[in-house]
Amino acid sequence: MFHWLEKHPFFFAVGVFVTIAFAGLIEILPNFAQASRPVIGTAPYSTLELAGRHVYIKNSCNACHSQLVRPFKSETDRYGHYSLSGEYAYDRPFLWGSKRTGPDLMRVGNYRTTDWHENHMKDPASVVPGSIMPAYKWMFTNNADVDTAYAEQLTVANAFSVPYNEPVPMKDGSTKIVKMGKNLAEARALALAEAKEIVADMKDQDVKDAVARGEIPEIVAIIAYMNSLK
Amino acid sequence: MENRPLEYDYTVAKMFMFTTIVLGIVGMLIGVILAFQLAFPSVNTILGEGLAEYTNFSRLRPLHTDAVIFGFTLSGIFATWYYVGQRVLKVSMAESGLLMFLGKLHFWLYLIVVAAVVVTLFMGITTSKEYAEFEWPIDIAVVVVWVLWGMGLFGLIGIRREKSLYISIWYYIATFLGIAMLYLFNNMEIPTYFASGGIGSWWHSVSMYAGTNDALVQWWYGHNAVAFGFTVPIVAMIYYFLPKESGQAIYSYKLSLLSFWGLMFVYLWAGGHHLLYSTVPDWMQTMGSIFSVILILPSWGSAINMLLTMKGEWQQVAASPLIKFMILASTFYMFSTLEGPIQAIKSVNAIAHFTDWIVGHVHDGVLGWVGFMIMASLFHMAPRVFKREIYSKSLMATQFWIQTLGVVLYFTSMWIAGITQGMMWRAHDEFGNLAYSFIDTVTVLHPYYTIRGVGGLLYLVGFLMFAYNIYKTMSARPVEESELQNASPMGA
Repeated sequence: MFHWLEKHPFFFAVGVFVTIAFAGLIEILPNFAQASRPVIGTAPYSTLELAGRHVYIKNSCNACHSQLVRPFKSETDRYGHYSLSGEYAYDRPFLWGSKRTGPDLMRVGNYRTTDWHENHMKDPASVVPGSIMPAYKWMFTNNADVDTAYAEQLTVANAFSVPYNEPVPMKDGSTKIVKMGKNLAEARALALAEAKEIVADMKDQDVKDAVARGEIPEIVAIIAYMNSLK
Repeated sequence: MENRPLEYDYTVAKMFMFTTIVLGIVGMLIGVILAFQLAFPSVNTILGEGLAEYTNFSRLRPLHTDAVIFGFTLSGIFATWYYVGQRVLKVSMAESGLLMFLGKLHFWLYLIVVAAVVVTLFMGITTSKEYAEFEWPIDIAVVVVWVLWGMGLFGLIGIRREKSLYISIWYYIATFLGIAMLYLFNNMEIPTYFASGGIGSWWHSVSMYAGTNDALVQWWYGHNAVAFGFTVPIVAMIYYFLPKESGQAIYSYKLSLLSFWGLMFVYLWAGGHHLLYSTVPDWMQTMGSIFSVILILPSWGSAINMLLTMKGEWQQVAASPLIKFMILASTFYMFSTLEGPIQAIKSVNAIAHFTDWIVGHVHDGVLGWVGFMIMASLFHMAPRVFKREIYSKSLMATQFWIQTLGVVLYFTSMWIAGITQGMMWRAHDEFGNLAYSFIDTVTVLHPYYTIRGVGGLLYLVGFLMFAYNIYKTMSARPVEESELQNASPMGA
């Protein structure tokens, strides 16, 4: 059979394809429907948080920081409850990472503050002596791309029925509504309102001035995102 | 006239040899910079504070991996294909104007994609998925480049004179099909600009898969991009170049058959080992572990077949630096394909995952196996493509030892770093509290990061010697009358 295949490239290629496609079909397909259901307490990202997530991705934070707490005592002691599949229901793309040059950030919102992040991003070693993380000073001057974040919200709300403007169940029995603007102007206003709450806890005067002018520097967006990681 | 050997046309092979070398230098140089950034953080602002956004670790890291995978390695795969393909199919590219045109188009479009990737990654335009960072417009261009290669590949097979496909061709076909399938499915994404009626950046997209599913597809891709980029086509190379260079026939056809079909079947299952103790279902994690261990069989099958091909001819290893490169490459292949399955065992993975041991594993495979084999292939091709003897055999031997030392420093330091960090993360004191804060487990790594940087630098120096040797071969040696026919110009 193999001698025959080696003289018939078409059938050879078909044989190879079937052999390699087999595993993917069996491993990937059955899980699809089940894993994408959100757990209680998981809400979609707001416009500003999503813009912050884009800043996180733009700077490949996931190259050094994981967002996956494994079910070991040493990890739950350090980072909090181990990760559940449904907590990632709104993560497109997933940001588990594959290397922990720095610590896990899955629940960083539980134990770090706006103020801490501001100092840390400006000069990591001033907050964590011995840190090898580079400073991210340009985040204080570059503006976040709120428009693209809103475009992504619209896309996922339409294509994947992500529940914006709908009550989402929380762990304490209450519900939470994550608002999404009806149009771009409303989305920008929502993001700016959220940004104002963040800068109230910040010290950098240039950033405060920028937000007062109606701009949103990247640092504000990424802090909003990191505060949402719980 | 009838008995004259075929004159093969290496125009396209030469073009890809050029990008193999240039992108190899770029990718490895960035790698060395990254290594020193981890040891000495001030290197992050090496070009000043103003350019820090473009020189810091996080912006450069995807450039390093993509330059080495899709630049150096992929160029090497294409270069060897446009050389090996003609020779084992016994047909010249010059015989078909269409295939020649497709080949050249393939090269130039590839170059455009490379330029687009470099620019976008520097700007921070990325999807964040490892080795699939490119946004949707580039993904489409990648598919076009890939289809062009496929048309050239099957076109050449279509007009072949040698009816039976040699082992290397099996592996090139598998490379084409495997990457095509993986790349398409992993990059399923919706451009948000068009889906939202024209809001925001036009190049931005959102993944069709969320969370755990996205992770599953990504590592099904990520692991098998390694399979079909770093294993399958490199095996294609060694099956051709080792017998050619040594003048020895492949030891066992049956073993190559078993290894090929075994590798095809087993490899795809192993992606789950990247997701151990994550939120993907347990049975998938277990499958990933088990199949990773089974993967030793087809991997070692190929490697042992290579080593036994040298049976009775081991004096060539001492005499020829080129044989040294290939034998070390297959040895590192064995080493790396044993190390990987060990790391895929769940209890070992609990320590190894997220640490530098994984980085070490990748690099003993890539530096020792992929890099050595691609350089060896180009060293074998250069005298025939340029019709000139290799410029310096002693430079080649020196390069071999410098790079071998570099690889050894690299993986030993990363082993120690990874296991040290993994053990410190999980250490508890007598009262059950964590024994170390996270930063303790970072500062302890400084000496190993420094050694790794030196190891990487040695490898880069060796690669520059390789580039110089090839350049001098092209330009400084006298042209030979006809293609060099002897089995082993190095051994003579």
